[in-house]
Amino acid sequence: MTETPPLFSYTLRLADNALILGHRLSEWIGHAPLLEEELALGNVALDLIGEARALYAYAGTVEGKGRDEDALAYLRDAHDFRNILLVEQPNGDFAVTIIRQFLYSAVMHPFWHALARSSDATLAAIAAKAEKEAAYHLRHASEWLIRLGDGTEESRRRAQAALDELWAYAGEMFESDDVEQALIAPGIAVDPALLRAEWERSVDGVLAQATLARPAAGWIQSGGRSGRHSEHLGHLLAEMQFLQRAYPGATW
Amino acid sequence: MSGAAGLRERAWAAAAEVVDPEIPVLSIADLGVLRDVRVAGDTVEVVITPTYSGCPAMRVIEFEIEAALRAAGIDKLRIATVLSPAWTTDWLSDEGRRKLAEFGIAGAVSRRALFGADAVLCPRCGSAKTERLAEFGSTACKALYRCRACAEPFDYFKCH
Repeated sequence: MTETPPLFSYTLRLADNALILGHRLSEWIGHAPLLEEELALGNVALDLIGEARALYAYAGTVEGKGRDEDALAYLRDAHDFRNILLVEQPNGDFAVTIIRQFLYSAVMHPFWHALARSSDATLAAIAAKAEKEAAYHLRHASEWLIRLGDGTEESRRRAQAALDELWAYAGEMFESDDVEQALIAPGIAVDPALLRAEWERSVDGVLAQATLARPAAGWIQSGGRSGRHSEHLGHLLAEMQFLQRAYPGATW
Repeated sequence: MSGAAGLRERAWAAAAEVVDPEIPVLSIADLGVLRDVRVAGDTVEVVITPTYSGCPAMRVIEFEIEAALRAAGIDKLRIATVLSPAWTTDWLSDEGRRKLAEFGIAGAVSRRALFGADAVLCPRCGSAKTERLAEFGSTACKALYRCRACAEPFDYFKCH
């Protein structure tokens, strides 16, 4: 068995994060609480799916086995996906969706900023574009979070509950393994541990404005990056991959 | 002019006529989406860049470029998408900004003279008394605004 190149694994993880979260957000189409928010969630989803396409295309090139973006997105099973658990969590109520987006965007904004300086020219180019988009995603989620937390009794209760529920999944964003370690030294990958301080600053700042309490540090639920997923991912893929599974190679 | 230079010029002129399907008053040259036209032998390569990663108009734009070049008698062509350097609203041409405003879309930054704060000017009445209604508008590259002077809602081409 040949060893998987770290650059392929690394790019695939980033692509899977973007695709799965993008797909989750697309599930809001037709169900958003108001029209402007429908457009916003749809637009964030488009950005993420666009990022995923660029990353999958590059991962396929790095792998060199002829898999294109569609093969990587539609023809892998749940245990082959390498996204973090946070992004596959169900949309829940609007507060859950916003908190999930906020926790993710608050790390991805500094992440893309750092990756834009990667010694890998393709990753740097994708990151430079994604950084600008992540700035919007973070601001959008932050503004909603402040409104929900510092809103009515009901919105505040739901926002705090969503934060408490998703907090255990945030820690996985800062973990690193052999894949990252192999790529950090040559300046290709970003060391996620270095993003933590900035993430905490922005999270604490917004939570204070939202009058929400930061959950105590506790259990970190992780495993997605090595293919150990919650049951939710399989259900998501069943819907997302249905067409290509039922009618392989279908185009329109 | 003949040879490669002439072919390049013809290809550029044809590609530059292609308009953004979402903002049909703007050509892809006005937008800064058309980055380069290269000629290698008898093959033309048109280089474009997306405004946003997920811009759904890119496929349509590629299709239109191919159609425009074929209509100009250029059959050997390919279209390349580049991400770097990342697109910025700074690449909107002055002509593009003027056309945008006429179309009712505020074009990116306007600096307010006082206090150095940014203001989005109403494309209809020019007032700086405007407010943002939604961070994301009819497309990923626009936000939704409203003018508090003339009460008209309008799209704003996001600055980034």
